[in-house]
Amino acid sequence: MSSYDQNPIIEMVDIRKQFGPVIALNKVSFDVRPGECHCLLGDNGAGKSTFIKTMAGVHKPTTGEIRFQGAPMSFGSPRDAMEAGIATVYQDLAMIPLMSVARNFWMGREPQRRIGPLRFMDMKHANDVTMEEMRRMGINLREPGQAVGTLSGGERQTVAIARAVYFGAKVLILDEPTSALGVRQTANVLATIDKVRKKGIGVVFITHNVRHALAVGDRFTVLNRGKTLGTAVRGQITPEELQDLMAGGQELAALEGSLGGTV
Amino acid sequence: MTDERLQEVSKFRRALIRPELGASMGTILVFVFFLLIAGNSGMFAPQGIENWSVVSAQFAVLAVGACLLMIAGEFDLSLGSMIGFSGTVIAILAVQWGWPVWAAIITSFAVCIVIGAMNGFLVIRTGLPSFIVTLASLYILRGLTIWLSILTTRQTIIGGVKEAAEGDWLAPLFGGKILTGFFTWMGQNGWIATFAQGQKAGQPVIAGVSMLIVWAIVLVVGGHLVLTRTRFGNWIFAAGGDPVAARYVGVPVNRVKVLMFMFTAFCACVFASCQVMEFGSAAADRGLLKEFEAIICVVIGGALLTGGYGSVIGAALGALIFGVVQQGLFFSGAESSLFRVFLGTILILAVILNTYIRRMITGER
Repeated sequence: MSSYDQNPIIEMVDIRKQFGPVIALNKVSFDVRPGECHCLLGDNGAGKSTFIKTMAGVHKPTTGEIRFQGAPMSFGSPRDAMEAGIATVYQDLAMIPLMSVARNFWMGREPQRRIGPLRFMDMKHANDVTMEEMRRMGINLREPGQAVGTLSGGERQTVAIARAVYFGAKVLILDEPTSALGVRQTANVLATIDKVRKKGIGVVFITHNVRHALAVGDRFTVLNRGKTLGTAVRGQITPEELQDLMAGGQELAALEGSLGGTV
Repeated sequence: MTDERLQEVSKFRRALIRPELGASMGTILVFVFFLLIAGNSGMFAPQGIENWSVVSAQFAVLAVGACLLMIAGEFDLSLGSMIGFSGTVIAILAVQWGWPVWAAIITSFAVCIVIGAMNGFLVIRTGLPSFIVTLASLYILRGLTIWLSILTTRQTIIGGVKEAAEGDWLAPLFGGKILTGFFTWMGQNGWIATFAQGQKAGQPVIAGVSMLIVWAIVLVVGGHLVLTRTRFGNWIFAAGGDPVAARYVGVPVNRVKVLMFMFTAFCACVFASCQVMEFGSAAADRGLLKEFEAIICVVIGGALLTGGYGSVIGAALGALIFGVVQQGLFFSGAESSLFRVFLGTILILAVILNTYIRRMITGER
């Protein structure tokens, strides 16, 4: 992939985050380049959530620097990060099941149309765009008014991803998008990640499933107890090695060689 | 990724499966029922129609507010007390203090909307269920109303509003009637009955369409348009459906909820103003149990008690069912206590049917 020649969209340098006496993140560095899928792996409690929330503007780092397209950046709120082009798709908060796909897709950014002094939601435009974007992602909706609750878990993730892409995300953070899905739905979501990457968007894929990560990832960073255990490039690491790293790096010493100085 | 295991659903069936389906069926059922048992009682003569349509309109005005608030995920149990409070404020200001009626009405609206906003802020700030917060305001407002009324007039009923409202410019907006010329003309042509004797001899039995019905129609149509056709309507659904997910995409959930509390208070004031202008008096016990009646209309109309789902048109049909049943039992000469039995039965049937319909639409399990 040519993406390694390009400059990172977002760079997190030596991020440290402390909640009172608890050090959640200790000098974590991470970057995403356009058109790559950078997997963030780690066991439960490793600090993955804290880290992506820092990237998404929910938390402010205690120390460390966030650089967005080369310039130092400080996000005051998730809204700021969103506006800069960092979209996050959370596993369970992605969609409102009682509402239609189109209404979910446009939620918070509804298109409007003026009729005299009144402004109405442009349902036709909203429906058309939703149908088209869903079709591109490989989901054939019965109708845009179909409730999200009638979609499968994988399809819901896909709607959320399509929404982020349509609204101009440069970096897409996916928080465990496959952890609650079956085999076939997982394959669909992974295929969607591949499509998104090919559009030149940088994808941050959080997972604790090594096989899912290896299926689409270009680079892999492992977090363990608030520290990075290194970043590996695709082809330089085996599933077993990744698994061991996640499990706590007991065999870190043995692996250092195979990581090829990328630690 | 169309699932081949999903059975094809016919277009007709899909068009039928709407949140309002239960309420529409209920409406048809109730009309057929009363046409059969009370068809000759005058219930469907002009005066009879006026009678139950005014009662239905009263329910509808309250149901629109309660419906939008419920879809936004909250309740307002202080609705009934707000009616008593609003009416009493108008009467005290206009009759006891001698304010012009328009000023009294506007002040009452302003005070009530501020109280509605306070309900909303308390719910948002404390994170307590609105059920508890507004239950408290139910008692506080009712108590204040009785105390204020006795303090200023030494009684709980304040009359003389009609006299005070003579010639006022705002009062007819609530107590007046429209299309009076049209009804007089229909009476002259013998299309509707006229009074044969007495003071009103020669005038039609229905003077016009009361403003309460106009308010109900305006609020129902307006509420429906806002909910289904505007950005703000989408935010109402989102705020009730999942406030966290909605906030995450930038929906101002708190503002939406507080505004809906204010709108519910506004609806209560419309109801109270119409009632005070019609009766010419205010009473501290007005609006008792109206909060539950409004919620019943909304639930018959297909809204989900936990928010995020519902229909203003459904709520309006619920109000129509409520009004027709209440007045229909009166026309058919049934024991009035049976009204509650009937109502409870309709409520439970409607909720069962609505739950089934909603599951079909939303794929809820």
